[in-house]
Formats: sequence, C-alpha cells, structure tokens
Amino acid sequence: MSTTLAPSRVRTREKLDQAVIRFCGDSGDGMQITGSQFTNTVALYGNDLATLPDYPAEIRAPAGTLPGVSGFQVHFSSHDVYTPGDAVDALIAMNPAALKTNLADLKPNGILIVNVDDFGETDLRKAHMTVSPLEDHSLDGYRLFPVELTKLTRAALKDLGLDAKSVDRCKNFFALGMCYWLYNRSMDTTLRWIEDKFKSKPALVNANRTAMQAGYSYCEATEAFQVTYEIPPAKLAPGVYRNISGNAALAMGFVAASQKAGLPLFLGSYPITPASDILHELSTYKDFGVITFQAEDEIAAITSAIGAAYGGALGLTTTSGPGMALKTEALGLAVAVELPLVICDVQRGGPSTGLPTKTEQADLLQALFGRNSEAPIPVLAPATPGDCFWIALEASRIAIKYMVPVIILSDGYLANGAEPWHIPSLAELPEIPVHFETNPTDFRPYRRDPQTLARPWAIPGTPGLEHRIGGIEKQDVTGNVNYEPLNHERMVRLRAEKVAGIVQDVPDAVAAGDPSGDLLIVGWGSTHGPITAAVRAQRAKGRKIGHVHLRHLNPLPKNLGELLGRYDRVLVPEMNMGQLLMLLRAKYLVDAQGFDKIQGKPFKQSEIERKIEEILAADGRI
Amino acid sequence: MSTATLLPPLTKKDFQSDQEIRWCPGCGDYAILSAVQSVFPELGIPREKFVVISGIGCSSRFPYYMNTFGFHTIHGRAPAVATGLKVAHPDLEVWVVTGDGDSLSIGGNHTIHMLRRNVGLKVLMFNNRIYGLTKGQFSPTSEIGKKTKSTPFGTTDRPFNPLALAIGAGATFVARSVDVFQQHLKDTLKKSAAHKGSAYIEILQNCNIFNDHAWETLTEKDARTEHIVQLEHGKPLIFGKNRDKGIRMRGFDFEIVTLGNGSGASENDLLVHDAQNPNPAYAFGLAHMEELPGFPTPIGILRSWENVPRYEDLISSQIRDIQAKRGKGDLAKMLHAGDTWEVRA
Repeated sequence: MSTTLAPSRVRTREKLDQAVIRFCGDSGDGMQITGSQFTNTVALYGNDLATLPDYPAEIRAPAGTLPGVSGFQVHFSSHDVYTPGDAVDALIAMNPAALKTNLADLKPNGILIVNVDDFGETDLRKAHMTVSPLEDHSLDGYRLFPVELTKLTRAALKDLGLDAKSVDRCKNFFALGMCYWLYNRSMDTTLRWIEDKFKSKPALVNANRTAMQAGYSYCEATEAFQVTYEIPPAKLAPGVYRNISGNAALAMGFVAASQKAGLPLFLGSYPITPASDILHELSTYKDFGVITFQAEDEIAAITSAIGAAYGGALGLTTTSGPGMALKTEALGLAVAVELPLVICDVQRGGPSTGLPTKTEQADLLQALFGRNSEAPIPVLAPATPGDCFWIALEASRIAIKYMVPVIILSDGYLANGAEPWHIPSLAELPEIPVHFETNPTDFRPYRRDPQTLARPWAIPGTPGLEHRIGGIEKQDVTGNVNYEPLNHERMVRLRAEKVAGIVQDVPDAVAAGDPSGDLLIVGWGSTHGPITAAVRAQRAKGRKIGHVHLRHLNPLPKNLGELLGRYDRVLVPEMNMGQLLMLLRAKYLVDAQGFDKIQGKPFKQSEIERKIEEILAADGRI
Repeated sequence: MSTATLLPPLTKKDFQSDQEIRWCPGCGDYAILSAVQSVFPELGIPREKFVVISGIGCSSRFPYYMNTFGFHTIHGRAPAVATGLKVAHPDLEVWVVTGDGDSLSIGGNHTIHMLRRNVGLKVLMFNNRIYGLTKGQFSPTSEIGKKTKSTPFGTTDRPFNPLALAIGAGATFVARSVDVFQQHLKDTLKKSAAHKGSAYIEILQNCNIFNDHAWETLTEKDARTEHIVQLEHGKPLIFGKNRDKGIRMRGFDFEIVTLGNGSGASENDLLVHDAQNPNPAYAFGLAHMEELPGFPTPIGILRSWENVPRYEDLISSQIRDIQAKRGKGDLAKMLHAGDTWEVRA
C-alpha cells in the first residue's frame, strides 16, 4: 500500500499529445461532477476535447452494484479531437463494480487508480466477485495505484466537524485533485466552481476544497507516482471559446433565433431523458422573455406550442423517442394548418422505454414518415454539440420562412457530450425575417407565396383577418373546409412541393477528404466525430476516401446523387439498422452498404477504420 | 379608443361566418351557436380579439360558423392549444368549444390541468351524453346500462359528473345551462365572459339523432319547474311549479322542504346560494345534487371564485419581474456566460 507520505521529490514530466481519462464509480459518487470539472479545467487550459458521460437510467441503483455504475470520459489533446476516445489511458475506479464494468476499455499498461477502501467482501459481493482483483494478479497488465481514498479523505477532513456522510461524499474531489496533479493542471477553475456552488454552505466549500487539495498533495508527497503528464494546448482557430454540451447549445440557439426573429420563444415540453436539460436551460432565460410551459403530457407540450405559434410566437417542443411517438397526431395538425414550429427529438435507445440514458439514431424514419397519410416535414440533424446551436437557428429560420413544422434530430451523445465551442459574434448569426399579414384586402389564408409556397402568417388580434383553420382538408387558397377529390390531391401535392422546395436553402453537399475515389462515407448526426477521425487516419495511409455528413435529411442536398456516383463504394455507418441507408438506396438507386451499431454507444474510430479496411481489402485496394 | 367609438357597434350578424352550417336539422348546437353569436357583440371586445378553439366532434365544428379567428384542432387537445395561445397572447378573448367525449374522455387530462392552472379560457362543454360524430357510441357521461351501438347489452361504465370533475380539478368558475333555455344560456355566457380565470360551462344539449330526449325531464315545459332549481347568487334555493319547494341544509345534507301554508318552513330557513363560497364542498355538493332521489338539477353558476390569479398573468409577471431585476436579456452576454478562454492568433 502506498499510503506512506514521502518528501516531495523531482519526478519526470512526460509530454503527450493526447490523453483519455475516465472516472467511474457508483451513481452516488459524483462521477459526472468530477468529469465535468476536469473537462472545464482542460478546456480553459486550451486543449481540444470531447466527452462521453455514461450514466444509468436509475437515479440511485443500490449502492455498489453493477447497474449503479456511472462513468464520465474525457479525451483531451493538443490537436483536433473528434471523439471521446476509443480506449482509456487512465481509469479511476471508485469501487469493484466500476472496475469490473470499465476495465475492458483501459489500454494495456494504462494507469489504474483504485479506491481500495471500497474493496471489502461486501463490496466485492455486490459486484458479483468472489476474489479481489487487487489480489489475484488480474490487474498485472496495468499500472495499478491502489489508494485508500476514503480513509485519506476522512483524515484530511477530520477537523472540519462534518458528519461522516458528508465527509465521504468528498472523496471524488480527492480523486479529482490527484488527476490534476497527474496531468499538471491548476485547481483554480474547480476551486472557483466549489465556492460558487456551495456559497450558501461554507462548510462544504471548505470540505471539498480541502479534499481536492489533499488529493493533489498526496500525489506530490507519495512515492507511488513517478511520472506526471503534460498535454500542451491545441492550436484552435483564434477566438473566444467556451465549453458546450449539445443540449445547452440547442437552448442558446433557440434564444438566439427568437431574438433574431424578434418573436417571443414559447417552449412546451414534458420532462424526458435525455431532452430535459433543454427545458431546464431555457427556463433560466426568462430575461429574454422565454416562456417555458411544463405541460401535463407530451401531447399538450406540442399542441400548446402550436397554439403559441398560431398566436405569433416562435413555438418549440422538445422530447425524445417515446414522446415523439405521442406527438405524432399533433405533428400532422401542424403540417395541415401550416404554422411554424420546431420539434426537437433528442434520440435515445428504443423501442418503447428502451435505453433512456443511452444514445441511438433510430428515429430517422419516424421523423420522416411517422405520421398518418402524406405529412412531409423537413428534418435537420446537428453533427456536433456546438453545431446544435446553429441547427436551432436554421430550423427556426426554415420553419418561419416556409410556415412549416421542422424536426431536429439530436441524440443522447450530442446532448450530454461536450466540446470547446468557438463563440460566434452576433454578426455571424443568420437573419430570420418575419412577416405577419396585416392587409385585410382580399385576404386568403391559404394563398401562397410563389417563391416559397408558404401561406401567410395571420395572427389573431389582426383586424379584418378573422378566418378559420383546422385539421380538416382545406380548399386551396380560401382555406375553407373542402372534401373535393381533386382539391385534396392538389393540397397534398402543394404541401409536399413546399417541403421539397426548401432544397433551395440547402447548401450542396461537400465531401471532406477526396472529392472522388474508392469509398464515400455518408453519415448524419453524432457519428460525425468518429467518422471524421477514421477518415483522417485512413487518408493519412494514402486511401482515397471522402466523407459527406448530412445536416439536412429532408430535403437532401440537390447534388447528393451526383456526389454518390463519384466513388466506387458508399458506406453508411449509423446507430440504427440502416435507416439513412434505406433512403439513399431508394432515392438514388445506389448500391450503398450499411454499418450498424446498436449498443447505446457511439462508434469508435477503430470500428469505422476496420470497416473501411475490410471494404477496401475486398476490392483489392489495400 | 377614439377610433373604437366611431365604429358602429357589432351585431350578431358580424359574428356569423359565410360557411354553410352542417349540423343535423334539430340539433341543439344551433341554439347554442345563436346564443354565442348574440352574446359576443355585447361584450365590448373588438371582433379580431375573439378566438374560438375546438377539438373533434359535432360541437367542435363550431369555429367554422363563427366569424372570428377560429382553430379546429385535434381530438381532446383544444384546451392545450388554447393554453399555448393565451399564454403567448394574454390579451385575446379565447373560447374553447368541446363536448362530453372531447373534453372528458380523450381530452380529460388537458381539461383538468387547464382548470387547475386557471388559464383565462371560457370552455363551453356541450353535453349530450352520446358520441354523435362517430354515430352513436356511449360517452363518459352516458348513464350506466345505456344501450348504444358499442354497448348492445348496456354500458358497464359509471359516468362522470362533469361539474364535480371540474370542481375537483380546482375550477374557479363552474356553471350549467341548457341549449333551449336561450335567455338563461345568454346570461350564463355573459357572466362567464366576465370571469378572469378558467370558466367551465356545461351546456345540456340534445342530440336528436342518437340520444333524443336525453334532457327531456328538464326541458319539458310542464316538468322543468319541478326538476330544475335556478341558482342565483344571494337568493334562496326555491323551485316547483308554484315556487313552493325549497332546499335547506340539515347537517352536511341537503333537504327538500315545502314552503308556506303552515308547513313549518319559510324562505328564511333555506339555503342561500353563495357562488363565492370558499368551502370547496359547497359547489361540489351542488354538482351532485341531481343524483339525490327527488332533487332538482341546479342550473346557473355553481361556483365563481374571482381572486385566484390567472396562469398567463403569473407567467407574464414573473418575466417582467426578472427583466426588471436583471435587465432584458443580452445575446452577447448569454453566449459569453460562464468560463471562456481566448485563443490568440
């Protein structure tokens, strides 16, 4: 046991270009906070980074059990980072259950810090282990640092007069302090956070600070750690940066959209993982006049947003798969009454309740087709957490310009994952022009703009524009109830044409990497990171590969068919059973092949690289 | 104000749309439409401020026949659409038209939540105790045992008491009227229009195709005085052809007494209606009165609580307070909030 304190001494400082560390422990151990704090610190230092929080659906599964394990992974680097990292360089495991569920991802000879105080017989039994892995040489392939985290934290805090439970809750900050020492990082950012977070409870400020500093000093003093690591700042484009998660970026994007449009933002939402944070975030922006309506159910969430949009607000509803299913009928109403609305589906594993806290991309076909009858809706998907901000603006702009509901497909990985984000200047934000109809002369509620096919936005309260809308089929131009066969066909085609016509606002697809060649990879949504990393690595080996990432899934960019034809093979990696693949094959008659991962986890770079090599090898290209 | 006074006053005709009415001849909905079109011009509100929102069902075709803003939404969801509109646009006069199926079956959840929030909406719930538009299935207010298309051997469902449900949900204004009682209906609509928060009005309505005579005992000329007690704020509960019956309290129970002629009871003994009674049990008891053997059905305003804040006002004032304290939101500040760092060229 390395608990004896030794005098400080000179260690080796090793320079690395990147590192992946993962904190894991019981859900009650504060691993998400620990990970977020480490993330903020490395972000402020200037590293590029990507994170992967991985937590259970249960709020507190029984302490110490396998289902209760919560983890947070950070990949930080002195160059561009696209993924949270395939394998882990340093694993901090707070108990046997955490060790057991996470060890497989630790690299050979990786750093393994273990809280030995939680490796008693009972702890082992809870993790279904009989022999302690600390004693059976199963960890010989790693650089194991067994630390008495609980005892050391208790010793550090013994004079603070805190109850035992509160003291033990500080051990994550002891571990965090150790990691700051190990990676040569200042504790200042976290100290500031502690002071702010617990400002009403000075005893906890003191306790958490003391625990973190004790962890740092412990590493400084003990002989166990001979090497510390340094990862220099990344060469990011000049500008001001902040760390951002996808959900926070969506929330800010909608506030920005409402400001640019000059419309009040109305969010109707029912809490659902992993979308609830958008509701939480937006409820803090009351100073922007944001109205957040926590509805009685998913249906009221969307229909209230439709009501607000009818009244001239920017209507928004946020949800995840099961909630999306409940909103289906109301989506059809929004299509029929042609009001602007944004629906944000933060996808998670399904079907049904599925994997509430894990990521998936399997709502694409639902978003495109999951309504009765012909009810086309534009669909957008952000590629990275920071892109969520821009997608919120783009979705709002399209909704208002074309008087149409727009679906955003985010996912659990983007929602909770974080990255450094280049803060835009206000001049970079797109304009969102709004025109409310006010002229009563010859007013017709379904007379369309010839350019966009949008009908006028005529809001209640406007004199002379009294008119009726509804879900029953309407007569072209007048909007009156109409059941005539040819009128129905005309209206169905008009609604479809309007959505198809949005293509005039969709930028042409541009392939990253080779503009033509052996293989094109087509992705959408959060697979952007691992595909980008894999394509870069493979191109560095001389392979002729392109990568197209679709932000607009309906309508698709008009040059996509031509682009697909420039490569011998087309590969579509998706976190579903091949939904975009089906679309591309159907629409472009291209013999694309799929690569599916449906494990509630993002792709690893290595998985995609292997697939690329497999395809190229079969074609005799490598 | 000055332009408003120059305009000629609105009339009933101003509220009639150019659309052909498609209810069955003899439907009670015609009478309700006529009453609403008569009352709206009397409210002193510009026509463009009126919005009529409905769900699905015969009653929900209502907006098409009103020359106001109108939104025929989807089954059961009118209160939610209306809530979104009213919160975003509190100065509008928003009326919801619904039926017993739309409001109490598929839309039951939205109904109770709208009422507990006290959104400033007027809800006209046409109760004909049957599903009309789907052609004759039982509804959540159909009496138990009723034989309908979907229950050839009689229903096994206990019905809702709509007003008791509304009161249970915390409704601040609850009333009942009848399609054929035009004057009473208009008075009730006017009083509900004056209420700030949610007003829930059950209108007993006859479906002459699928459930004719449903309210006959209340509407028949000879019978109505015996079977109905009209509630008037500050007045005792008296009914009967000769106004010779009254209702008084005996402990927690209602009791029918005969008045005058040495029967022992006088008007002074009777229960005096107080629509503002803060005791929640009072209006709840009135809502259930019709279920007591021999008791009349109360019509009029069962409850009118005026001092409960409206939902949309609470939302607006919270936003105003926060903006007064923090100032109006600044986009650049929002984007730069929290920890930031600068990368130099």
